[in-house]
Amino acid sequence: MAVIRYRNPFGFPNPFQELARVQREMDRLFSQIMGRGPGVAASGVFPALNVTEDADRITVTAELPGIKAEDLDISVVGKTLTLRGERKPDVAENVSYHRRERMAGKFQKAMTLPYEVNAEGVEAECKNGVLKLVLPKAEHAKPRKISIKAD
Amino acid sequence: MEDKDLQLQEKKELQTKAESTRDVPVFVPAVDIYESESALTVVADMPGVSADSLDIDLDNDQLTIRGTAATQESEGSVLLQEYSVGDYYRQFTLSDAIDRSKIEATMKDGVLKVVLPKAEAARPRKITVRT
Repeated sequence: MAVIRYRNPFGFPNPFQELARVQREMDRLFSQIMGRGPGVAASGVFPALNVTEDADRITVTAELPGIKAEDLDISVVGKTLTLRGERKPDVAENVSYHRRERMAGKFQKAMTLPYEVNAEGVEAECKNGVLKLVLPKAEHAKPRKISIKAD
Repeated sequence: MEDKDLQLQEKKELQTKAESTRDVPVFVPAVDIYESESALTVVADMPGVSADSLDIDLDNDQLTIRGTAATQESEGSVLLQEYSVGDYYRQFTLSDAIDRSKIEATMKDGVLKVVLPKAEAARPRKITVRT
C-alpha cells in the first residue's frame, strides 16, 4: 500500500479551523443584524459574564444556577478578577435518565478589569442563581472633576 | 466526571411562531429528567427566576414551565456582555399518569425541581411553587 502524505488541497492551514472561523464570523454578523447585542460568549469560558461600570464602581454578574456560595471562590489581585468554583453533579440513585442537559464540573475564569479596584470593598451576592459582584474603583481610578476657572 | 471542566453552554433561544408581548428573549432551559419507580423528576436551570415569577402548569399530559427573569436595571455603561437576560419556557408531554395532588415544586439557587409522583388521574390542576 502506498503511503501518500496528506496535503491540504485548500491552501489553508486547516480547512476545518477555517470553517469554524467563517461560522464564528457569520454568527457575529447575524447577532449584530438581529440587534440582540452580542449574546454570544466572546471568551467561550464558563461562566458567561456581564460587566457594567459607572463613575465609581464596576458590576460583574454571572449566571451560576445550582452553585452554592461555599463552592465559589472569588479573588481580586491587582486588576485581575478570578472566579473559581465547582458545580457538583446531583446524581439521583436508582433512576433512569430521560434527559441530561445540565452540566457539572469545575470552572475557572479570570478577567482583567479596566480599572484598579478597592479589593477591601468588593461585595458579592448570590440570588436565584445569579452572582453579582460590585467592585468599587480604587480612589485614584475614579474620575476627577476639573473645575474651570473663569476670570 | 468529577474532574471534568464545566463547559460554557450557549443559552438556547426558543423558536416559536407566537411572539411574546415583552421584547425580551425567551430561552429554553437546560433540563435533567429522571424517572424512578415512584416518580418522574424534572430539574431545570433557570438563573434569575424567583419562585414567585415561576409558573408551572399541568394540563392533561402537557407540563409547561414558564419563568420570568428579573430584568437587571442597567447600571452605567456596558463593558462586556456575554449573556442576555430573558424568560424561560419549556413544555413536555408526559407519558405516565401523574398523581396531580402530590406534585411538588421547589426552587433553589435558580434551579427548579418538579417531582411528579406516578398515579392514575386526569384532572388539570395548577401547581403552586414552594420556596
